[in-house]
Amino acid sequence: MDTGIASISVGAVAPQTARFTEPIRLRGGAVMDAYDLVYETYGRLNADRSNAVLVCHALNAAHHVAGYYADDPGNVGWWDNMIGPGKPIDTDRFFVIGVNNLGGCHGSTGPMSVNPGTGRPWGADFPVVTVEDWVATQARLADRLGIRQFAAAIGGSLGAMQALAWSYLYPERVRHAIVIACAPNLSAQNIAFNEVARQAIITDPDFHGGHYYEHHTRPTRGLRVARMIGHITYLSDDEMASKFGRQLRNGKLGYSFESEFEIESYLRHQGGKFSEYFDANTYLRITKVLDYFDPALEHGGSLARAFAPASANFLVVSFTTDWRFSPARSREIVKALLDNGRDVSYAEINAPHGHDAFLLEDARYHRLIAAYFDRAAQELNA
Amino acid sequence: MSNGNGFQRADFDAIAGWVRPASRVLDLGCGDGVLLKYLKGARGVTGYGVEIDDVNVLGCVTNGVNVIQSDLERGLSDFEDRSFDYVILSQTLQAIENSERIVAEMLRVGREGIVTFPNFGYWKNRLQVVGGHMPVSDNLPYEWHDTPNVHLCTIADFERFCAGRAVKILERKVLTRGRPVAFLPNLLGSLAVYRFQRAAN
Repeated sequence: MDTGIASISVGAVAPQTARFTEPIRLRGGAVMDAYDLVYETYGRLNADRSNAVLVCHALNAAHHVAGYYADDPGNVGWWDNMIGPGKPIDTDRFFVIGVNNLGGCHGSTGPMSVNPGTGRPWGADFPVVTVEDWVATQARLADRLGIRQFAAAIGGSLGAMQALAWSYLYPERVRHAIVIACAPNLSAQNIAFNEVARQAIITDPDFHGGHYYEHHTRPTRGLRVARMIGHITYLSDDEMASKFGRQLRNGKLGYSFESEFEIESYLRHQGGKFSEYFDANTYLRITKVLDYFDPALEHGGSLARAFAPASANFLVVSFTTDWRFSPARSREIVKALLDNGRDVSYAEINAPHGHDAFLLEDARYHRLIAAYFDRAAQELNA
Repeated sequence: MSNGNGFQRADFDAIAGWVRPASRVLDLGCGDGVLLKYLKGARGVTGYGVEIDDVNVLGCVTNGVNVIQSDLERGLSDFEDRSFDYVILSQTLQAIENSERIVAEMLRVGREGIVTFPNFGYWKNRLQVVGGHMPVSDNLPYEWHDTPNVHLCTIADFERFCAGRAVKILERKVLTRGRPVAFLPNLLGSLAVYRFQRAAN
């Protein structure tokens, strides 16, 4: 049954660009005078503009959420199993928006873009952004598209942090927040992983203090290691054991430093692939976005007080084997919402895949999201 | 647990009769959320269900009922003291490992507790035991080897339990096939419904 659903796609899609010329002051103090946001939409906005769903991306993804490109049919959106006709987020009922965040490397203004002040790429001079900055720019895109209120904001991991931030920054603009594999802030261990990733990039001789574009090179070695570290933390120990175990590529030990174990080969492959298409300056900034997210900080450490303005209905979902954003962290979010008497449901999905589970097709997980969006669709007039 | 269309468990009416309109309710072991859905419609209550089973959690979301997936045996640490008007434990008490703790937690989190349970003292149950078998009935649908029920009790047992633990029973309804039973309830009643609060020290 699930395979049948998955084969239905929104079809060929095309990205669009929105240019914003009203300056925006970022949390870190910098002002962006103008910027572009690249986005895609699927489905149709209904007459009263009440059926829009904002899909927020996590660390390595972007605006290409569903469907494929006519000239590149293999390039399928990162959440295509979740979004499409008849899928859990049904594009026959909802108007779905994916947006590449500010500072990204997929077309929105970021470190690779030209700094109008110098005529050269921003590089290291591109400001450090935050979840709140992203949400503020997403709100401007919503204004541009004539969307006063989203039916839902949804995301996993860092994407879920944006959905959460929508609920307390723009409470009147989001009816449902779907918060998957999230945490109310990063633990020291999590920040530590990010710092190792950053150091791998920054110490790459090709980094050139972040101005590597001018040297016509890229710190691909550092980026590769950064991605390898990330991948280790997105999988559970059990999942790695069952996928790779101690399997050797050539069936015997080589007493060398070549890639011998299957897990080594997998990590090198993933890291290599990633370093080809992702920008190191963007990666650095996105890990900072994660590290800085901490809504309780401005409220004396009280997450409950941070969520006090929120009025959305919430669905919080965690995965039992996710040790990077563990169920206990999701329960902190749930507790803070309960303390505010908010409408919230919480589900803990027993899945073996670790943090990556939020991207994968799991029948229990997808049925839950489908049921939640079905209720949300029943509230619509159209 | 019921999930059929139009079917309504006998204890729902009894509970709805007690619950004040627009109160805040926590339903422990809420199944697919039908009781909360019923109380939302009949009494305009708000609140949450707590449920451990995946299929039931999905049922709650489908029914538009707030549900927190959690193991009741872990206690109710997600909920603050006195944050609900009523904490309901509907046909679940008999399946809880630590009966004493759950009742204490109910009275910490809620102003009043409501429990319903199948009366093991019902004459048909006694008859089956006398006949040499563990009872199987509408209210006790399980065979001895596959039952989730670890702490079955009678009306007399529950009232002794409350008396020994500073739990003050406010009201009791005893039902058989949905009808009230006044005469010899521990013998003639198949389902017990209690409303209680913390006894003043």
